[in-house]
Amino acid sequence: MHPILALVLRRLALGALSLWAVSLLIFAGTEILPGDVAEAMLGQSATPEAVAAIRRELGLDRPAWERYLDWLVGLLQGDLGTSYANRMPVAELVGERLANTLFLAGVAAAVAVPLAVGLGIAAVRWRESVLDRLLSAMTLSAISMPEFFIGYALIYLFAVTWPLAPPIATVYPGMDLAARLKVVVLPVAALALVTVAHMMRMTRAAILNVMESPYIETAELKGLARSRIVLRHALPNALSPIINVIVINLAYLVVGVVVVEVVFVYPGLGQLMVDAVAKRDVPLVQACGMIFAATYILLNLTADVLAILTNPRLLHPR
Amino acid sequence: MTHRMPWSARLGLALTLLFVLLALVGPWLAPYDEAAVVGDVWEPFSAAYPLGTDQLGRDMLSRMLYGARRTIGIALAATCLSFALGTTLGYLAATLGGWVDAVLSRLVDTLMSIPTLIFALVVLAVLPPSVTVLILVMAVLDSTRVFRLARAVAMDVVVLEFVEAARLRGESLGWIVLREIGPNTLPPLLAEFGLRFCFAILFLSSLSFLGLGIQPPAADWGGMVRDNANAIAFGLPHPLVPAAAIALLTVAVNLVVDWQLRRATAGRGG
Amino acid sequence: MRTTRQPLSLRRRTFLQGSALAGTAALLLPGLMASRVRAAAPKRGGHLVLALDGASATDSLDPATYTATYMQTVGYQWGNCLVEIDEQVQPIPELAESWEPTPDATKWVFKLRRGVTFHNGKEMDAEDVVYSIDHHRGPESKSGAKGYLTMIKAVKATDKYEVTFELDSPYADLPYVLSDYHLLIVPKGSDFTRPIGTGPFVIKEFEPGVRTFAERNPNYWKEGRGWVDSIETLAINDPTARIAALQAGQAHFVNNPDPKTAKLLARAPGVKLIDVPGAGHRTFAMRTDTPPFDNNHLRLALKWGIDREEILTKVLNGFGRVGNDQPIPDFDPFFNRELPQRTFDPEKAAFHWKKADITGKIPLHVADAAWTGAVDAAQLYREHLAKAGIELEVVREPNDGYWSNVWMKKPFVGSYWGGRPTADLMLSVAYRSDAPWNETFWKRPEFDRLLDQARGELDPNKRRELYWEAQRMIWQEGGEVIPVFNNHLFGARDNVDGFVPVPVLTGLRAAEQLYFTDR
Repeated sequence: MHPILALVLRRLALGALSLWAVSLLIFAGTEILPGDVAEAMLGQSATPEAVAAIRRELGLDRPAWERYLDWLVGLLQGDLGTSYANRMPVAELVGERLANTLFLAGVAAAVAVPLAVGLGIAAVRWRESVLDRLLSAMTLSAISMPEFFIGYALIYLFAVTWPLAPPIATVYPGMDLAARLKVVVLPVAALALVTVAHMMRMTRAAILNVMESPYIETAELKGLARSRIVLRHALPNALSPIINVIVINLAYLVVGVVVVEVVFVYPGLGQLMVDAVAKRDVPLVQACGMIFAATYILLNLTADVLAILTNPRLLHPR
Repeated sequence: MTHRMPWSARLGLALTLLFVLLALVGPWLAPYDEAAVVGDVWEPFSAAYPLGTDQLGRDMLSRMLYGARRTIGIALAATCLSFALGTTLGYLAATLGGWVDAVLSRLVDTLMSIPTLIFALVVLAVLPPSVTVLILVMAVLDSTRVFRLARAVAMDVVVLEFVEAARLRGESLGWIVLREIGPNTLPPLLAEFGLRFCFAILFLSSLSFLGLGIQPPAADWGGMVRDNANAIAFGLPHPLVPAAAIALLTVAVNLVVDWQLRRATAGRGG
Repeated sequence: MRTTRQPLSLRRRTFLQGSALAGTAALLLPGLMASRVRAAAPKRGGHLVLALDGASATDSLDPATYTATYMQTVGYQWGNCLVEIDEQVQPIPELAESWEPTPDATKWVFKLRRGVTFHNGKEMDAEDVVYSIDHHRGPESKSGAKGYLTMIKAVKATDKYEVTFELDSPYADLPYVLSDYHLLIVPKGSDFTRPIGTGPFVIKEFEPGVRTFAERNPNYWKEGRGWVDSIETLAINDPTARIAALQAGQAHFVNNPDPKTAKLLARAPGVKLIDVPGAGHRTFAMRTDTPPFDNNHLRLALKWGIDREEILTKVLNGFGRVGNDQPIPDFDPFFNRELPQRTFDPEKAAFHWKKADITGKIPLHVADAAWTGAVDAAQLYREHLAKAGIELEVVREPNDGYWSNVWMKKPFVGSYWGGRPTADLMLSVAYRSDAPWNETFWKRPEFDRLLDQARGELDPNKRRELYWEAQRMIWQEGGEVIPVFNNHLFGARDNVDGFVPVPVLTGLRAAEQLYFTDR
């Protein structure tokens, strides 16, 4: 078998194991959290009788391991279960939100990744120039602002003061692509501001690191154009850390954007999971957790495979 | 070496030192107590309140000064701890390979694949609220990111000829990590340190947002941005004050880091 | 552009109350509101967008699960209750046409409106009402309304259009209870999670925590209600985002603008602020069964040591009234006007603190989940008490799980009451010795006797005396520090009108009231 294929298969098997570990962790976490779905649903209007009635109906009076096994068996049969809080099928609740999350992450990545890598390369090409310094200062300021602050500032500037884009990014089934793209302008801008800085700085640092190698010096002595050296000689050898930082940011775009979702009222998976945790809606929390974990594991696998493909020496260690 | 410092690094270093100084002596310089309500809500900048007053009428300058120590201290402690943990494990995974690498990588994957805020929410809801717990939780969560980067850059170095040579010479693991891998992977990690330090400050503000951060009325800069964020709708500059302080600190630290980065690479290249 | 305030007519009402004049009060009032409503003639049609908070991805259409504004408002879109509350806080007929208690108030007979049809075309009758009310009672019920339907022994269909409620004790306020947002009427045997109602709108799309889309019910029975063709209810929990949506014209009507920015909203072009005095009040609740709060001197020290005015101006930005450590609002007919208003008096606080003879810090557990601004108010409170030499320690708890882990668990916490339409409901749910939500764990048999007496008392003057005494007891010995009553704030586009400012359950029926004007 091809070594890379073998690696992928082994990692997929390990990934499944990780997923199982995550499901246990999340289940244990929601069990440890004080309160349960019955108390959380009724909130301030909870009475002991009403709480007991909900627990009975949901089977929460059964031991924890029994409930976990039930859920696991269901999952293995492709059944995500039913939400404790509103009795809708979890697959239905999660499906729409997942599509929304992937859409937002996709659009943001399509804007941010080329921009970040391009700017990173430009910063190396014109190193120490005004452009380099300006980019450095701008990206640093961008990442020094809390996300919600960037969000509010964008809304204030571009939705209220100069109404160029809608402040609220509510999307729903049956909305066409053009309308969707229009409402996500501001959240995409906010996410791009946050992620470009990180990726651009890492790209710059990684290429610079390679630029100090003797063989680049040789290329310089040969009198090759600086652009050519950066793009053809340095970049390929700096790909591994760049891919790594891109993957970390892609994962962030899928998994970690709950604050941006809240500020722009975007119906994504993060908001769903926060709501589910607040209500102690275990099947829903588990489903969201599984999706996030799977995304992460698959993206990391991709990063590792790409790192190996771009650095042949890793392919045949020792 | 200072005589070779470029002006940008000097500026960065001066600002960083200034911030550290403020963190040390800030509370003694503050004109008011951080909790004292001294004026009306969101008063403009004036002689009495050089940076105005906050959403409850407390002096912003005093809160900034009190907040400096807490913000910088917690973020720095968490970042250092996460780097100590993350790089050590990352190097080990890369050098030893095999099952050590597999176990550590899967463990980190598992931790990372749970959204950070949710993780923090659960952990901090269960553990007692104290600054130590806060630092530990932030450090552990952050160390997963450091681990991945450290492992990735170390992997690139491990397969190089000189490491191979050292192995064949029979050098110890510690020697290889310290003398060969460490110096050769420093630049990207240094760049990351600057960034992770700012992220730590921001993460602290996100935690305050969820009611898990620093206990009121104690001030921290991220929390001050959050508490005053609504003033933006009035076009008032108050939330910009702590935001600008965070930005300035970030830029200053990164200017120093950039300089160190260049020194490190120059040293190796030459 | 304008601020609509409504306190005048309400204050006036307190003088008219308790007499036969009450019913005609509306006719006598030269209210600003009345003239304003008539200024622009209601217009049919249009697509109305509401943006509301209190929504969650785990929301359900089942009325038993409604706990927050978003679903409550959606509920009144598809359904009706037997009774509605009007601007004068009087019960008026909705699906019930009239009602009559037996002289001892242990049995109530409700006559139903005839010819009202559900969205599926079936005519509503008594069997449907029994089915709908029983959903919220009994051992198997999981309803949030369960706690205050306990006095109902049986609900019976005594005729096709007549329902009889049998109670186990006299109860004069039953019609108020039946106006509760949980108690919406559906056809017998139908599925509560896909409710079929008699309401002004038919729910077409429901995505929990995101949006609800509904179209006008062409056969809606209620006169002068249900103007727009379709209605979209957006779930926007973030206050800044709600205001932005309103300012950008993405929404026509929003609830709960942050009081701190409400004045700015009133000045902004194209939008107006609606300000309705309410019965809701923000509290700091002490467990009177737990040391040191079992000491009434400490409780009095904490009551005298709070600067209510400052909390009102700084946290609510003036949109409210100061409270007086008892929960009955100033517009209630049974509000005790003769209780002296407590003011900020550090000397009195220090005096009682010395008498209490307690040392150390007093921890106060709060989160913004208790009420927006609770953490801010607690910090102000800390500074107030410091002036009396009392050290308050503000402990911020996570918002998540606040009501199940902190409230009624920790001895001194922030809490919020939305206000109840009657004095009895308010006092029974939170102050009776055996009340499930007796958050101060205050147990006074003589207080319970006062409430029992008042419940069965149909003579308003005698009832008033009883309620005045009850309020005095809470004021003097209770475990609640009640610094402020809040107003209900809403924002609307200038071309949207028709809002009816009811002081309790405020704005929940906005969907059927609002219409577009030509402006």
